Amino acid sequence: MSADVRLENVSIKFGTFVAARDVDLTIAGGEFFSFLGPSGCGKTTILRAVSGFLKPSEGRILIGGQDMAGYGPNRRPTALIFQNLALFPLMTVWENITFALEVKGVGKAERRKKADELLELIALPGQGDKMVGELSGGQRQRVAIARALAAEPKVLLLDEPLSALDLKLRQHMRTELRAIQQRVGITFIYITHDQGEALTMSDHVAVMREGVIEQIGDGTSIYDSPGTSFVASFVGENNLFRGEVSGIEDGMAEVETNVGKLVARLPENAVKPLAVGDDAHIFHRPESLRFARDDERVNRIRAKIVNEEFEGNFWQVYFEVAGSEKVIKMSMVNDGSSSERRVGEIVDLVCDPRLTVALAEGPLAAE
Amino acid sequence: MGLADFFRNFFQRNGLFLSLFLLAAVGFWVFFLIILPQIFMIDFSFRFNLPPAEMGGPKDVYTISHYKFLVYGSEQSADSYNFIDLSVFLRTIGAAVFVTIFDLAICYPIAYYLAQVAKGGWARLMVLSLIVPFWVNEILRAFAFRIIFGSNGIINEALLALGIIDDPYPFIRDNIALYAGLGYAFVLLMIFPLYNAIESLDKNQIEAARDLGSPWWRIHARIVIPFAKPGISSGCTMVFMLTAGALAAPEILGGPSSLWFTQIIYQWFNTGGNWPRGSAYAIILLSTCIAFVLLMMRVFKVKLGEIAR
Ligand SMILES: Nc1ncnc2c1ncn2[C@@H]1O[C@H](COP(=O)(O)OP(=O)(O)OP(=O)(O)O)[C@@H](O)[C@H]1O
Ligand SMILES: [Mg+2]
Repeated sequence: MSADVRLENVSIKFGTFVAARDVDLTIAGGEFFSFLGPSGCGKTTILRAVSGFLKPSEGRILIGGQDMAGYGPNRRPTALIFQNLALFPLMTVWENITFALEVKGVGKAERRKKADELLELIALPGQGDKMVGELSGGQRQRVAIARALAAEPKVLLLDEPLSALDLKLRQHMRTELRAIQQRVGITFIYITHDQGEALTMSDHVAVMREGVIEQIGDGTSIYDSPGTSFVASFVGENNLFRGEVSGIEDGMAEVETNVGKLVARLPENAVKPLAVGDDAHIFHRPESLRFARDDERVNRIRAKIVNEEFEGNFWQVYFEVAGSEKVIKMSMVNDGSSSERRVGEIVDLVCDPRLTVALAEGPLAAE
Repeated sequence: MGLADFFRNFFQRNGLFLSLFLLAAVGFWVFFLIILPQIFMIDFSFRFNLPPAEMGGPKDVYTISHYKFLVYGSEQSADSYNFIDLSVFLRTIGAAVFVTIFDLAICYPIAYYLAQVAKGGWARLMVLSLIVPFWVNEILRAFAFRIIFGSNGIINEALLALGIIDDPYPFIRDNIALYAGLGYAFVLLMIFPLYNAIESLDKNQIEAARDLGSPWWRIHARIVIPFAKPGISSGCTMVFMLTAGALAAPEILGGPSSLWFTQIIYQWFNTGGNWPRGSAYAIILLSTCIAFVLLMMRVFKVKLGEIAR
């Protein structure tokens, strides 16, 4: 059983500080929806408003079509997984998991049975009698999920639940979470500042900056067609150039930059359309930067190799371009061609216009 | 770690001079101020009450007559048991239990509010208004209670004016003033351990329980109280011990017909001139209180180490 969640022009203020501004979006029942944004942008605030710990200063929150105003957290069909999990340390694992049932007055035998079922679901069979403190980080993570699921929520809210785990475990838990979501079929609202997490797991992602939703879309549209400079710079890695638009044709822009004329695509969902004469940011992904062939003229950049890093499957090669914002980077598959280049060499690079985007100048994500 | 290792570490860390000073100070404190006086008291309680000239003489032998006296009374009396002293003893313990529970009931919500709900300025103001009254000395506070609970006191005046009662209520005679005074005297000793314990509880746990549908009382029963148990036990222990051993408040606020057990002890030492009997009574009170606390800790499954946390 899942429910859709609708935020209608929700604003949340703390005194005069606006932590969320005019958030208006719909999350379909049964989908995996992520809020992605840097620390302090208001993600937790929105989640707390949905779960009922905070009252929106303006706007409405509807779950399954019902206005939630006046319903406390204990009466909403949501369950929240806290940033620090907040498991009950003085209870055993199974008591933790079935706390929601205990509240409903379910008898002990039945609770025990339900706990065993849920332990099965989270792949921790037979661990019910341990204390929470005896579990590893990843196991605790899963107990928190089971505890929330036991409440049979229609919407599960997750506040950066993987942030405390190491990389390996985090990657494993991503898959696991997605699998659990598909098995139980309820709506998941997931918060993270890790774009990899948001892109791999979600059906839709909302990118936030300073309390405002900058863009909502599926992973590919966020990554390939960012709507603002902020989204482009926050999601994924970028080589950044600045310049002035000198011509627009067929959804492509010509921009005069310090490194010469660059041609870039205008994303269809750009928030602010570009016109000739505007200042623009040009974003290009390291993985689509290539060494130029002799006949390639468009977006050809001359650069000096300054450094290279070996990552096994990939090489990260860094270049200095006179007039560029910063050192630019190329991620290339380790195809055995590394012997063909040397640090200090001057080379010609090319960035494919279709894989390069031009957006109106605006705030960028902090490095 | 062996004892020798411990001392080697201790001396290395603190240097010779400081180490010797610390050892001497702690040793002096424990031995001369705690152990030695109590040993003398215990020794005393097993001796006859002799005039100074006969001390150390042939009559100065050990006896348990003073302990027997509390139970059976004087041989001349008609009763087979010492009903007066025994009933005072039991009433003192019972009243101390009552005062402790009363204090707990009042202090828990205050401590919870201070530790989890109130923020910044408000909380500081509340703590201050709890502490400042204790700058007034104990005797003065007790007399003040006597005044407000007296038959012309403002409580009676107010109740009369409101028409709730027709005649002044005898708060002093019924010991209500005494219980209130005792309860108030040790409020801080209850609040601070509770506050410390509750303060360290992660707010998210309370919110998590609420999010899982729990009503407020279950949050307290299942999350806050179990977590605060060490603080609750340490507060209750202190309040109980000090109430049972209080002297000034019962002297000033007690009803005319009801003694506190400490008053009997005081009488034996003072007007009664029988130090051995006073010692025996004091030791009985002390050991009963300790036994009672240990029993309660057993019942509520608290470890001694937790209380000292
Ligand atoms: N109770 C509060 N009172 C005042 N300001 C608050 C309160 N809670 C949050 N804020 C402010 O609102 C902003 C958003 O906070 P929020 O916790 O939602 O950030 P977040 O996106 O979850 O960040 P993080 O990724 O670090 O958890 C922050 O600037 C924070 O200081
Ligand atoms: Mg947060």
